[in-house]
Amino acid sequence: MLESYLPIFFMIAGGIAFGVVMLKLNEFFGPRRPTEEKFSTYESGMEPVRTARERFSVKFYMVAVLFILFDIEVVFLYPWAVSFRELGYQGFVTMFVFIVILLIGLYYVWRKGALEWD
Amino acid sequence: MFSFAPTIVLFPLLGFLFLGLFGARLRNEKLIGILGSGTVGLSFLVAVALFIHMLGLEPDQRKGIVELFSWIGTFTGTASSVNVSVAYQVDQLSILMTLVVTGVGFLIHVYSIGYMHGDPGFWRFFTYLNLFIFAMLNLVLADNFLLMFLGWEGVGLCSYLLIGFWYDRKFDVGGYAPGKAWTNDAAKKAFIVNRIGDFGFLLAMFLIVVQFESLSFDAVFGRVSVMTPGSDVMIWITLLLFLGATGKSAQIPLFVWLPDAMAGPTPVSALIHAATMVTAGVYMVARCSILFALAPATLQVVAVIGALTAIMAATIGLVQNDIKKVLAYSTVSQLGYMFLAMGVAAFTAGIFHVVTHAFFKALLFLGSGAVIHGMHDEQDIQKMGGLKKYLPVTYKTFLIGAIAIAGIPPFAGFFSKDEILWKAFSSDQGSVLLWAIAAAGAGVTAFYMFRLVILTFEGKERFDHHHAHPHEAPKTMTVPLIVLAFLSVVGGFIGVPESLMGGNALEHWLEPIFAPAMTTLRATPHHGGITEYLLMALSVGIAVAGIYGARTVYMKRQELADAWRSKYRRTYQVLWNKYYVDEAYDTLFVRSTVKASETVLWRGLDVSVIDWLVNASAQGVAWLSSKVRLIQTGFAQRYATIFVGGIVLVLFWLMFK
Amino acid sequence: MEITISDLWQSAPMVSLTLTGLVALLVESMKGGRTTAVYGLSLAGCALAFVFSLWSLGSEVIVFNGMILQGGYASYFSMVFTSSAFFTIVLSRPYMQRLHREQGVLYILILFATVGMMLMASAMDLIILFLGIELMSVCLYVLTGFVRTKVTSNESAVKYFLLGAFATGFLLYGIALVYGTAGTTNLKLISQSFAQLSGNSLFLMGAGLLVIAFSFKVAAVPFHMWAPDVYEGAPTPVTAFMSTGAKAAAFAAFVTVFIRTFAITGTPISEVVAFIAAASMILGNVTAIAQSNLKRMLAYSSIAHAGYMLSGIAAGSAEGETGILFYLAAYTLMNMGAFGIISWVEQQDDTKLTFDDYAGFSAQRPVVAAMLSVFMFSLAGIPPFAGFFGKYYVFLAAVKADLVWLAVIGVLTSVISVYYYLRLVMVMYFRDGNATIEERVPGFAFAVIGVIAALVILLGLYPSLVVDISKTFFKL
Repeated sequence: MLESYLPIFFMIAGGIAFGVVMLKLNEFFGPRRPTEEKFSTYESGMEPVRTARERFSVKFYMVAVLFILFDIEVVFLYPWAVSFRELGYQGFVTMFVFIVILLIGLYYVWRKGALEWD
Repeated sequence: MFSFAPTIVLFPLLGFLFLGLFGARLRNEKLIGILGSGTVGLSFLVAVALFIHMLGLEPDQRKGIVELFSWIGTFTGTASSVNVSVAYQVDQLSILMTLVVTGVGFLIHVYSIGYMHGDPGFWRFFTYLNLFIFAMLNLVLADNFLLMFLGWEGVGLCSYLLIGFWYDRKFDVGGYAPGKAWTNDAAKKAFIVNRIGDFGFLLAMFLIVVQFESLSFDAVFGRVSVMTPGSDVMIWITLLLFLGATGKSAQIPLFVWLPDAMAGPTPVSALIHAATMVTAGVYMVARCSILFALAPATLQVVAVIGALTAIMAATIGLVQNDIKKVLAYSTVSQLGYMFLAMGVAAFTAGIFHVVTHAFFKALLFLGSGAVIHGMHDEQDIQKMGGLKKYLPVTYKTFLIGAIAIAGIPPFAGFFSKDEILWKAFSSDQGSVLLWAIAAAGAGVTAFYMFRLVILTFEGKERFDHHHAHPHEAPKTMTVPLIVLAFLSVVGGFIGVPESLMGGNALEHWLEPIFAPAMTTLRATPHHGGITEYLLMALSVGIAVAGIYGARTVYMKRQELADAWRSKYRRTYQVLWNKYYVDEAYDTLFVRSTVKASETVLWRGLDVSVIDWLVNASAQGVAWLSSKVRLIQTGFAQRYATIFVGGIVLVLFWLMFK
Repeated sequence: MEITISDLWQSAPMVSLTLTGLVALLVESMKGGRTTAVYGLSLAGCALAFVFSLWSLGSEVIVFNGMILQGGYASYFSMVFTSSAFFTIVLSRPYMQRLHREQGVLYILILFATVGMMLMASAMDLIILFLGIELMSVCLYVLTGFVRTKVTSNESAVKYFLLGAFATGFLLYGIALVYGTAGTTNLKLISQSFAQLSGNSLFLMGAGLLVIAFSFKVAAVPFHMWAPDVYEGAPTPVTAFMSTGAKAAAFAAFVTVFIRTFAITGTPISEVVAFIAAASMILGNVTAIAQSNLKRMLAYSSIAHAGYMLSGIAAGSAEGETGILFYLAAYTLMNMGAFGIISWVEQQDDTKLTFDDYAGFSAQRPVVAAMLSVFMFSLAGIPPFAGFFGKYYVFLAAVKADLVWLAVIGVLTSVISVYYYLRLVMVMYFRDGNATIEERVPGFAFAVIGVIAALVILLGLYPSLVVDISKTFFKL
């Protein structure tokens, strides 16, 4: 039973080994000029440690919310695209309705000016 | 055709609603009067049509039940379910009562247009009257005890409202504490005394539910075959029902309210306290005749109470001076005859007397109203006399009424009263003693009625001409008088007994209603032959003697009255004070109740126990409330913490229970 | 696994309301889109969905491959939801116009929340139930904070959202545990194997978490803490919507899962529900006494009413279900009426909301005062108004299910409730003052409240009108 997992084990071990080896090689050969920024954790360009009570524009939220919305749409679209042939005509209509509803929402958001930064 | 029955009830209800809502704004007496009487008139027409229709049917098909809707249903489908519908039952008995209620009711409505003319509460009066007719028709047409009770309470309410109609007036209480009392007091007295009777009715209904698991007449009466005659429960049910009847129909021991009820406007006395409402008790006993037949002991009680009331009220009537009071005691006495009839299982005769009494007593009351109207609210017959010159129509019709009640053939009262007397003598439940009491009462009746007629209409004019200008009543009042006088003359022909070559149409008409009761009692019709004729002649003789006596004393030899009064001083006092019944009740019940409720119930129980409990618990809750509200801090973190606490508790209970 | 045209046709109330919402959204986005058009469209959509529900009331069918129930039970609730939405929309318009914050999207959000409620009532699958709850809740979060310029409105929206998200987590966890033990999320399948499952402690834990999540939505103690703050902060018509439509929807879910699917009578679940019911009745009524703000008072009163209705759930019987169904119809009407009139009296700056602000109201506005009294008497459960029979039926169900103690608590706390309901009536009629409605009330809104008052009386006089319908729904 367990033998069948053996290839997976090799795969994982190989993966880890590859990563470690590459990092070590890099460390060994590459030049090293450390600064404070280089040592801090990467947070999409934000300072990792500072006061949390800071205000920033609501526009960021708007974009984030819209992003999540369409992100989720993709989550639905991928499996549909994969099994498109099996689902056939009915799957197409269903997904079409789904997209139309989403488009109406997008249209609303657009007209209300939520897509404009200023 | 039977499906039209609910419209009989509907018209007065519409009238009541319309007048009650818009009457105050109408300001047109004519319109209000036409609307108020018209609705009752319509009901009467429907009832007549229904009656004619029933005449054409076979006797066993003369019954129809119209169910409007289901009113109360408890625990549907279980063993202890009781379902009560608003349903109307039209049969030989209820259609007869309906005809009387709507017919006489219509006449009295018309009469009231004249009598109440100019009264600021004109619209209110007709509103109440229509409500009364509605309630009375519910009582009469109900197909179950509960709906009957609704009507029973409804007429009680209307009686209360109408006795105290002139709430800003006082009236003479007479008797024990001469003086004045507010009409409200009379209204309250009527209401409270009636409550005692209603309590009996309610208890009887509870017993019926327990015993028969239903309240509808058909179901209850259909199931009596399984009851043993004379069983305790039947005696209790019927005794309690009869207690209800003694309240509504003013019998011993609950008759004291009716004389005081005369404080109301006279048409009310005629309609409610003479012709219709007070006969509700008789109607109820007749309706439940089969129940009473299963309790012979109760029938005895009914007969004895009826006979005693008849003679007692009649003797009180001998000495009263208020024209309406005399008629009131006369009503109590006549109701006694009806119950006597019920008690000796002469149900048809009792109902017959209800009908004829409705005619002539309504006539007498309306006549007295015309007198009071013409005399500017004077009611003391000692201050009248010689009025026949001024009020000819009233005099003639009043005289007809008096002859009818005295029992002179062929007027209506003769046939019905004689039937009762004969049954009191001949029926299995009757006895010579009952007959003798009733016959003596009949003599007294004739005497006091003619005393009333003579003191009012004959002899010298004893009123002050400066204050009183007697005048005849308007047409709206005299026409009903004439119609009722006509009915008082011919009304008896519906029940001419076979011994007088009559067909006794009424007895045949009502036979199917009372057949079960008669079968249960194994009653056989007695045709007494010579005895019957003898007794008939005797009762006519007694009546004639009464009339002759009254004429002698009050017209020819007036000194006799004064002489007797001083000679039999003690007896006179007892009668004048109405056998001291009011005083006895006052000392025994009223005062002790007031005292006990003041010291024990009010100061003792109410203030120091109940109030304390209520106040303490209210303060306790308020204190708790002021503490508990502090949980709500406004911090969402705290809310989430409490939330988690709840989760822990719930899961803990589910895991470890 | 096919979706057929008949599935869509059977779901006419839901489909029509969704389409109305989408069309309204398009109208709202168009250039020069008129709010009036959106308003009219939304009202028409609610009315149409109501008619469709009424039409399909007679027959229950399961559509969308066993996922959704339509007709019968679902239609009954659709009627409650659409009426609630209709009344809310009518009341919102003058309220928002006074605040100068009227936007068409308000009505659209109400429509979509209503669709969510319908999904909750018609769910035959825990996933659909979850979908409905989320659709409804998200719309409600936004509606609560709709008056952006008001701090209280914002605060209550954030609180509602945070605690709502918290509760959603437990709901999902509960669904997961039920799925893990039963192997399915389909309610019909779960109901068939409930007898074996009820001994499984993991399943019980899942069911317990569902109880908790639903209790949060109906605002039952101790998951009620959000309700007073949110009810007070939200715009009054939205509060009315939350306390009627949303509460009815949560009870629809409660009844679907715990009466129609599970046979909880006599199980520990029933005991837990009974405890929650008792705590809600006691705490709701006792705390309501101390309130001076009417919206807060009605918030605690709504906690208490949740307790009364939970007695019916604890009974877990057909009587309990009938009682709750009647109660919800009655409660929706009387609470909507009460909040409606309060929204007329209150001022833009959140004043005129206390008892004292109603002194002498009866002299100034006799008709409105009479209607408000009708609603208060009905909330107090005094016959002949609808609220009386609601209580009567649920307490009767509790007694029949051997939960006499619960019915006793219910009756005793009802007595307490009479104090604060009638206090308002007392202040209106017997206290001197000149309270009145400052702005003109539109005739339509006035007529709607009048109809609600008439219905409250009608249902009180003739309860079998509703009871006879709902008697047929028991069990799937």
